[in-house]
Amino acid sequence: MSDVSISPGWLTRLANPSRFLELSGRILPWLWAATLAAFAAGLVMSFNAPEDYQQGITVSIMFIHVPAAWLAMMCYSLMAVSAIGTLVWRHPLADVSAKAAAPIGAVFTFLALVTGSLWGRPMWGTWWVWDARLTSVFVLFLMYLGLIALNRAMDEPGRAARATAVLILVGFVNIPIIKFSVNWWNTLHQPASVMRLDGPTIHPSLLYPLLVMAVAFTLLFFTLHMMAMRNEIWRRRVQTMRHRAARAIGSGQ
Amino acid sequence: MMALFRRDLAIATRSGGAAMLAVLFFLAVVAVAPFGIGPDLNLLARIGPAFLWIGALLASLLGLDRLFQADREDGSLDLILMQETPDLILTVFVKSFAHWVASGLPLVLVSPLLGLLMNMGLESTGAVMLTLLAGTPAIAFIGATGAAVAVALPRGGLLVSILILPLAIPVLIFGVSASYAAVTDPDPFWPPFMILSAITLFFAALGPVAAAVALKAAAD
Amino acid sequence: MQAKATNLRGRRGDSVVFSAVGFTLQSGRALVVTGPNGAGKSTLLRVLAGLLGADEGSFRLTDAAGIDLPVAREAHYLGHANAMKRELTVTENLSFWRNFLAADQPSGLSVDAAIDAVGLSGVGHLPFGYLSAGQKRRIALARLLVARRPLWLLDEPTAALDAKADSMFAGLVTAHLERGGMAIAATHQPLGLESVETLRLDGVHHAVDSEHGTWDDRSEVRA
Repeated sequence: MSDVSISPGWLTRLANPSRFLELSGRILPWLWAATLAAFAAGLVMSFNAPEDYQQGITVSIMFIHVPAAWLAMMCYSLMAVSAIGTLVWRHPLADVSAKAAAPIGAVFTFLALVTGSLWGRPMWGTWWVWDARLTSVFVLFLMYLGLIALNRAMDEPGRAARATAVLILVGFVNIPIIKFSVNWWNTLHQPASVMRLDGPTIHPSLLYPLLVMAVAFTLLFFTLHMMAMRNEIWRRRVQTMRHRAARAIGSGQ
Repeated sequence: MMALFRRDLAIATRSGGAAMLAVLFFLAVVAVAPFGIGPDLNLLARIGPAFLWIGALLASLLGLDRLFQADREDGSLDLILMQETPDLILTVFVKSFAHWVASGLPLVLVSPLLGLLMNMGLESTGAVMLTLLAGTPAIAFIGATGAAVAVALPRGGLLVSILILPLAIPVLIFGVSASYAAVTDPDPFWPPFMILSAITLFFAALGPVAAAVALKAAAD
Repeated sequence: MQAKATNLRGRRGDSVVFSAVGFTLQSGRALVVTGPNGAGKSTLLRVLAGLLGADEGSFRLTDAAGIDLPVAREAHYLGHANAMKRELTVTENLSFWRNFLAADQPSGLSVDAAIDAVGLSGVGHLPFGYLSAGQKRRIALARLLVARRPLWLLDEPTAALDAKADSMFAGLVTAHLERGGMAIAATHQPLGLESVETLRLDGVHHAVDSEHGTWDDRSEVRA
């Protein structure tokens, strides 16, 4: 195809599935090691973090909740980038990346919802409130499930990937609109406290464990994503071999 | 007949199968309710059981049109129809039951989660779960009739829903009233629940017979 | 065993596609139904299988003592579609039909043996949807082998088959006839069978003369 030349050279070289398998096989042990190290540090710091004077020990849930919610959004962004790769460069590895990311993103979103719910029970006295942020994350969760279902519903990987990519991008464009309208609909959640123009309002003794946990979760995501991509590549190879086997049996007679 | 049950279950749960779609639809329908109604938790708790039931009803209708249509398209239906009528009725029963296990039972299983979202109490959630367990098979069985009537139509999906919704109204009435009776004190739970179970049993007998007749008549 | 059709009349919609069709088929014999497109070959087979009601006449299957046998239980029907699920593997498909078609006692070949018999050994673990059109048809033929039924009703059995598979099919039918079976096949290809009779449908359509009248204006004019 002529339009492959539009993509940057290093990406094209990396984006050969066999090359990806080889490279990722070499990176994965290191990635695992980094993930485990970050988690060890993050967990030690989290358990030693002081209790909040208002929220008590429940504040510790935040060390899982916030990174999970952050990954839920980052994963979708990564899928959007992959979707562009699918639609613009028609690259099979971009298909694989988007497909592999969706279930991981859904799990992290679910984790964010569950931990939020566990936190909300003592704070708000109920498992769930329909406040703007929770609701946005819940809508994101539904979008993940829809994308997974769409991808599973089609046999032919290339076609499934293109359809999913269109939906991912439409969803991506829609996310600010959803966020805005849900905010309009209801505001009850406390305002953001880490990302603010006038600097974080959160106390450093809580902020540092949180940041380390965020790094650990991000590393975990990339590790899982890489493994899922490898699985998906192998799954497609198995599928191709089965098709070839079916043809061989017919012609060999 | 076990073979048929296993086959339909396997098809529904294989990749691209319809089993998970009903659950997703259920989730989505119930989840958008608060956006229309407002986030008032007390209000949501009050209308929760009714909304869960409506959501489950709509979700159960979703895959019904494929119940026989898929078999018709690949020719399996011809072989299924080459049975004596009693066997055919049993076959339809097994197919409807497999359909319910694949797409109705998961609805029952996720209903507590949605109960949580609707701020429903433990008792109320349990009652909805129990009534859904007793009531949703009725929708599958009576739905088999609708699916059989519309089997030859190219766009039967909408039609099946239109045909079945009015017939499923009694299920909705008694399912919802039993759910409410469990939590509001003076109303007894058992009478509406017994009627609901009776409706399910009645449809389990009537639905497959009607569907078998309709399928025989529709053969061409 | 004997299959006997007397004075069959079949119609599609409002027009009669064949009438006064009769034949007698003994064990070990095959009948090939030929005729141009639209002559009613498929309709005749569906009428014989009991999937369509005959307008007139009867089709009966009797055993050696002259007792009626239920056609639906004694006949295999192979239509245009293969009656296989693309999501399931070949083995799953065939073992389902093996169980379903012989509800009381399993008869006929094992699934693996049937796959071997149609020359597709080793295809069992693949999803049916992966196969080519010709392979799919051969698996559909394997269905006839996994449950033993004396009468085969075959509608265009060799569609999508290549020459080699054609002769494989002829071998299967010959073996079936030698075991005392019967076969009725609608086709416009020569099947390469010996000991066949031929029934030719002319393809002339008539309007239905019903006592309730019809929507066909030609019959109104005649009346």
